[in-house]
Amino acid sequence: MNKIKSLDDLRRMKQAVESGIDIREKGDVPEEKIVQIRVAMATCGIAAGARDTMNALIEKVNKDNIHAVITQGGCMGYCYAEPTVEVRVPGKEPVVFGDVDTKKAAEIIDKYVKDGELVEGIIPMNFQSINQ
Amino acid sequence: MGQYKMHLLVCGGTGCRASESARLVDVLGEELVKQGLEKDAQVVTTGCFGFCEKGPIVKIIPDNTFYVHVMPEDAAEIVAEHVLKGRRVARLLYQDPNSGETIEDSKHMGFYQKQLRIALRNCGFIDPECIDEYIARDGYAALGKVLTEYTPEQAIDILKKSGLRGRGGAGFPTGIKWEIAAKNAADQKYVICNADEGDPGAFMDRSISEGDPHSVLEAMAINGYCIGANKGFIYIRAEYPLAIQRLEIAIRQAREYGLLGTGILGSDFDFDVELRYGAGAFVCGEETALIHSMEGERGEPTVKPPFPAESGYLGKPSNVNNVETFANVPVIYLKGPEWFASIGNERSKGTKVFALAGKINNVGLIEVPMGITLREVIYEIGGGIKDGKKFKAVQTGGPSGGCLTEKHLDTPIDFDNLLASGSMMGSGGMIVMDEDDCMPAVAKYYLEFTVEESCGKCAPCRVGNKRLHETLEKICEGKGTEADLDYLRNLSSVIKDTSLCGLGQTSPNPVLSTLDNFWDEYVAHVTTRTCPSGRCKALLHYSIDTEKCTGCTACVRVCSTAAITGEKRQPHVIHQDKCIHCGACFDKCKFAAINVQ
Ligand SMILES: Cc1cc2nc3c(=O)[nH]c(=O)nc-3n(C[C@H](O)[C@H](O)[C@H](O)COP(=O)(O)O)c2cc1C
Ligand code: FES
Repeated sequence: MNKIKSLDDLRRMKQAVESGIDIREKGDVPEEKIVQIRVAMATCGIAAGARDTMNALIEKVNKDNIHAVITQGGCMGYCYAEPTVEVRVPGKEPVVFGDVDTKKAAEIIDKYVKDGELVEGIIPMNFQSINQ
Repeated sequence: MGQYKMHLLVCGGTGCRASESARLVDVLGEELVKQGLEKDAQVVTTGCFGFCEKGPIVKIIPDNTFYVHVMPEDAAEIVAEHVLKGRRVARLLYQDPNSGETIEDSKHMGFYQKQLRIALRNCGFIDPECIDEYIARDGYAALGKVLTEYTPEQAIDILKKSGLRGRGGAGFPTGIKWEIAAKNAADQKYVICNADEGDPGAFMDRSISEGDPHSVLEAMAINGYCIGANKGFIYIRAEYPLAIQRLEIAIRQAREYGLLGTGILGSDFDFDVELRYGAGAFVCGEETALIHSMEGERGEPTVKPPFPAESGYLGKPSNVNNVETFANVPVIYLKGPEWFASIGNERSKGTKVFALAGKINNVGLIEVPMGITLREVIYEIGGGIKDGKKFKAVQTGGPSGGCLTEKHLDTPIDFDNLLASGSMMGSGGMIVMDEDDCMPAVAKYYLEFTVEESCGKCAPCRVGNKRLHETLEKICEGKGTEADLDYLRNLSSVIKDTSLCGLGQTSPNPVLSTLDNFWDEYVAHVTTRTCPSGRCKALLHYSIDTEKCTGCTACVRVCSTAAITGEKRQPHVIHQDKCIHCGACFDKCKFAAINVQ
């Protein structure tokens, strides 16, 4: 094990390890201050590739340093459009996107989360959403 | 540390361990592997969540699902449903005691909403056996900052500005204590952490040592730098094996990283920490007794002055602080003294951890800002009195404290208000009592503890407390007189004034405060010889309702003292001179014809 010999060493060490608990830090942030993304992960979603979608979202969010928490949810009832992803940007109504593959996942982050531009594939909401 | 989509935080505190949480960790891990999810989710053993009564606790991150009473048998379902499909396991969710609703997100639990966690910031959040997780939470950064940016005087000044006061009982300003120890010149000084925690029902120091041991080590090192000591001791009771184990692991890891040892973080400051074990005598928590015990002498207190800061361990200046006090220190340096001083009220800054127990719905460990009211603690965090009963009193400060009553419900809780109300902060025990509790009996219970724990060195404490206890016993048995009440009061003040150490100086508090607040209850015991809450068995009065009695003679047959007589099929009578109040007739009667008063 390497010794930590200076305050700079300590800072580098922190940087190296902080991603490991980042998800817990985000869990503690009040809901109105963080982007919440929920991937439907029921059997139909998983069969349609929701797992890959979720991984892509996590990767993208980490890479672009976006303050977001990504959770998995049960079936939202849009089996025809799986994988589905619900995105709640603070101050806005939640939006559900359908047929989100890995490419579309990145697009949602780039356009909708970062710039507030709408992306194709929005499913009209008639269903309960995160925190309601 | 890898990137997991989900963390399953499993409480590894003493409470949850007692109900198999260690096995739960193993089984959850096995299930993840079995279901091919070990790369998606990580099982983390954490410190106490404070909700021990509902343990074992499992919290799922990032959705903050809070599962209670989780058994190893539940692991497969949690993994299959929650981890794989994102569906919460409803039967394991926490239920609000009042509304009966299940709560999915721990942020919405009344128990946590009013809390502010500073000393407990990492408990239930990080793996206490992993120094990396502590570092990820800015661990040891305060030590680094102090060593590189401040002189000892400046660092002490910051602590003084924060307004931090000792959490071990007396509430002495911590910065001033450090300053005194710093000013006493000596070739060798010591830092001592008091982890003896003897108050019945209190377990905040245990939870911190178990859940966040590095914060204590870091603060001790800062203390060492400030006062010029390079050696620290943690005096911990041997009855805390898990806390000892976690502290040992933490010390080893800190040494491996060079965060304890010589030339810490490139400075010329050396510091190391060692554990010392106490044998669990309450009085050994008193700082002079603690130091004698460390020296291998009998654990008996001696008169102050000299204070430990002048002449402590081995006659050298020593700074003694409580575990919770230390746990507050690193955050103060990271967030600044102004931040800390902005929490709390005028003369009590920051937060206090309380162990909430007794007749309350949410039993557990809570941390709240100073100045919160008892009403908020009991009804919002505590979820109100159990079984919808009526609140009667709450004992704070353990055996050294007193009780607060309905009229104190809206008094802000801080060091000074508690003292003014005839109680004290103490280490933070809070035992809630309802209408069924008899206050003279409560006082008797605490005196029993004090009599047992008095070291016997000084007469007022050794003999006086015994007499107090005997008198209370007499009262509860219905043999007391009005003169006994005066006697209790007088003797109490003598013991307070003349005892050698804090134990005797505070032990009559439960008596005095119950006399003050529940005088009528005492009077009832000694005049009409009744116990208003029906607790004191000897004072119960059994009689037969002649309307309801069928003369079946069932009671006659169970009465061991032949106190019941009567003709068959005629109403019976209980002869009070022979009745020993055992309650056997009451239990036996099928017609509810026995009255108890
Ligand atoms: C009878 C008695 C028992 C005590 N027990 C403890 C204890 O268990 N833990 C503790 O920290 N302080 C205890 N104290 C208080 C210590 O003497 C001392 O004031 C304290 O450790 C100082 O730390 P602080 O300034 O950080 O509170 C006790 C005092 C008395 C009189
Ligand atoms: S020991 Fe698990 S919540 Fe306290």
